[in-house]
Amino acid sequence: MEQETENSEPKRLLCCLRSESGGKLCGDIVDLPTDCTVQQLTMMCNALLQQEEPVPYLFFINDNEVTSTLEKTVSALNLNSEDVVDIIYKQQAVFKVRPVTRCTSSIPGHAEAVISVSFSPDGKYLASGSGDTTVRFWDVYTQTPSFTCKGHSNWVLYIAWSPDSSKLASACKDGKIIIWDPFTGNQKGKTMIGHKQWVTCLSWEPYHKNPECRLLASSSKDGDVRIWDTVLCTTQKVLSGHTKSVTAVKWGGTGLIYTASQDRTVKVWRANDGVLCRTLEGHAHWVNTLALSTDYILRIGAFDPIKDSHKDTTITDKKKSQEFALERYYKITESHGERLVSGSDDFTLFLWDPEKDKKPLARLTGHQQLVNDVKFSPDCRIVASASFDKSIKLWEARTGKFITTLRGHVQAVYVIAFSADSRLMVSGSADSTLKLWNLRTKKIEIDLPGHADEVYAVDWSTDGLKVASGGKDKVLRLWQN
Amino acid sequence: MPQNEYIERHRKLYGRRLDYEERKRKKEAREPHKRAQVARSLRGIKAKIFNKERRNEKIQMKKKIKAHEEKKVKKTSEKVAEGALPVYLLDRDVQSRAKVLSNMIKQKRKEKAGKWDVPIPKVRAQADAEVLRVVKSGKTKRKAWKRMVTKVTFVGEGFTRKPPKFERFIRPMALRFKKAHVTHPELKATFCLPIIGVKKNPSSPMFTSLGVITKGTVIEVNISELGLVTQAGKVVWGKYAQVTNNPENDGCINAVLLV
Repeated sequence: MEQETENSEPKRLLCCLRSESGGKLCGDIVDLPTDCTVQQLTMMCNALLQQEEPVPYLFFINDNEVTSTLEKTVSALNLNSEDVVDIIYKQQAVFKVRPVTRCTSSIPGHAEAVISVSFSPDGKYLASGSGDTTVRFWDVYTQTPSFTCKGHSNWVLYIAWSPDSSKLASACKDGKIIIWDPFTGNQKGKTMIGHKQWVTCLSWEPYHKNPECRLLASSSKDGDVRIWDTVLCTTQKVLSGHTKSVTAVKWGGTGLIYTASQDRTVKVWRANDGVLCRTLEGHAHWVNTLALSTDYILRIGAFDPIKDSHKDTTITDKKKSQEFALERYYKITESHGERLVSGSDDFTLFLWDPEKDKKPLARLTGHQQLVNDVKFSPDCRIVASASFDKSIKLWEARTGKFITTLRGHVQAVYVIAFSADSRLMVSGSADSTLKLWNLRTKKIEIDLPGHADEVYAVDWSTDGLKVASGGKDKVLRLWQN
Repeated sequence: MPQNEYIERHRKLYGRRLDYEERKRKKEAREPHKRAQVARSLRGIKAKIFNKERRNEKIQMKKKIKAHEEKKVKKTSEKVAEGALPVYLLDRDVQSRAKVLSNMIKQKRKEKAGKWDVPIPKVRAQADAEVLRVVKSGKTKRKAWKRMVTKVTFVGEGFTRKPPKFERFIRPMALRFKKAHVTHPELKATFCLPIIGVKKNPSSPMFTSLGVITKGTVIEVNISELGLVTQAGKVVWGKYAQVTNNPENDGCINAVLLV
């Protein structure tokens, strides 16, 4: 009899809705029935936050996601139902990227392995660099080759689009850097010579610092980082200090340049005068990669994946777009600032707050082989690390807490790429497949076989429609829903 | 005989004659005229020898001129190395991994036909009498229905011998093999791999079913250690290999992987 009465009258729970940064929503505590579902919570949140259009949310109690009803999560966590429960809500991207499921085209053309693939920030162009010394531009819409750019004398190792999508920088194994015009396929300016050995990484100045996209940082095997003026095609500054090969360079949104090196350090430089700000030490072996929490936002510059993907909007007013980019940058960094994560040969990752502190925030351990690639999700909530131990691990970006391991590849995972809405991730591996992972269920979504050999480069277009991949089999493949 | 390098010494001390360079130049300039004089006056075998020498000299000269001309031209492109690697693999010693082996469909088709392009296409047929020795049995050794296999065999994991009365073929323990040295033709490397089964003994289907391994036999080996991958991203487990030696003589099985 007693049970019946309990069932007929649902239990109630005192809850306090908080945003990620800790601010309370709707002032105070709300009294919710325990059979309240995620949909109902979302509706409530939308109403309270007065969103114009319904926005999807995720809800967490003590870092555990509420998947069906409040009751299940509360009982699973053994929480005292008398206490006030803090529910943290996290807004998700308004738009949804549909998972890519099939290979729409495999475009041959390159005569050697495709080493780097990159979509332009506005998603309209696609470029690839290859071991046959050419950079090729591809038409994304018809999926045909548009330009073949010859100019390098050795393998093209790295390509990087300027944030305004009007230039592409490519670097080769001879240490030369060339700027290309994606509209005509011609070289812009002179070849930039200066590095004594091959260039490992390129990074453009953020759009909100300078909408002209003039400066470019490059790191090289010879231990130097150079800042180039791409209009005059001259070296503006040489940042030397690393004693071994510099493996990665990132130009942060606050005017700092972060470099990782094989001398086991990560160095932070001030971009405008080239002064070394601090050296982040901690790794016990080569540092292989760097990722910034603002990587995605800096990459897309002033492009808006929500509005711009359907309309043909070229950036006309530079000032306006710069303000837009800056505003968006502040929005994403307001809670935690710019975070840096570095992956290393010592099988660990370090989470840094490089603007303030030279001590790491967290050391992320768990990999059994070296970490080859690290990426922040575009919404800065998840860090994903790809390792040679065939697994991908997910970490919480805020604290560095381990979330889960994604297993499925049978050989080393080389690269990963997030979709723009942070709900999906694609990974390329030495086992010749791409795998698509669902970050909500933390499981594999689709296996994408097709390449005949190792996959070296993967990129997800910023509007989320296409994935491009290239590898040792010399073919560029496009994947679509 | 001169003692020491007195000429050099003198030169070092006092230098050459003042008109040395001029004289040298003039002498050199006169040289072709002198040679022409000689060439004109030579007759017979001597002329032949002279002309031959002169011709060779000219060839050498022309070659040299050509070489110098080539040197002057700026070299447009050096050969770009093959096997491009991304930045993250450049500093690592990546062992040259063979291309992903031919795809599964092709292999299946070949399997059906029972034909492979094998490294040793012609194999000497093994006669029954050579492979099988008659074992006589019975009290007066009158019965001769038992056979002993005198070649190397592969016997599966869970094999149990039949009772002696029914065992027609004896496969001696000493000639049973579990592993083979398999060479990957592209990698040029040899691995000791476990045998999975005997796929085909070209001499006779009976030998195939008995698991007799002779030269030219196609065996299936477990190559999961090599870490080769199919196009679908699965590790290849079994692959065929052809035996290249006479195992019964050598005491080991050497084989080449069929790619």
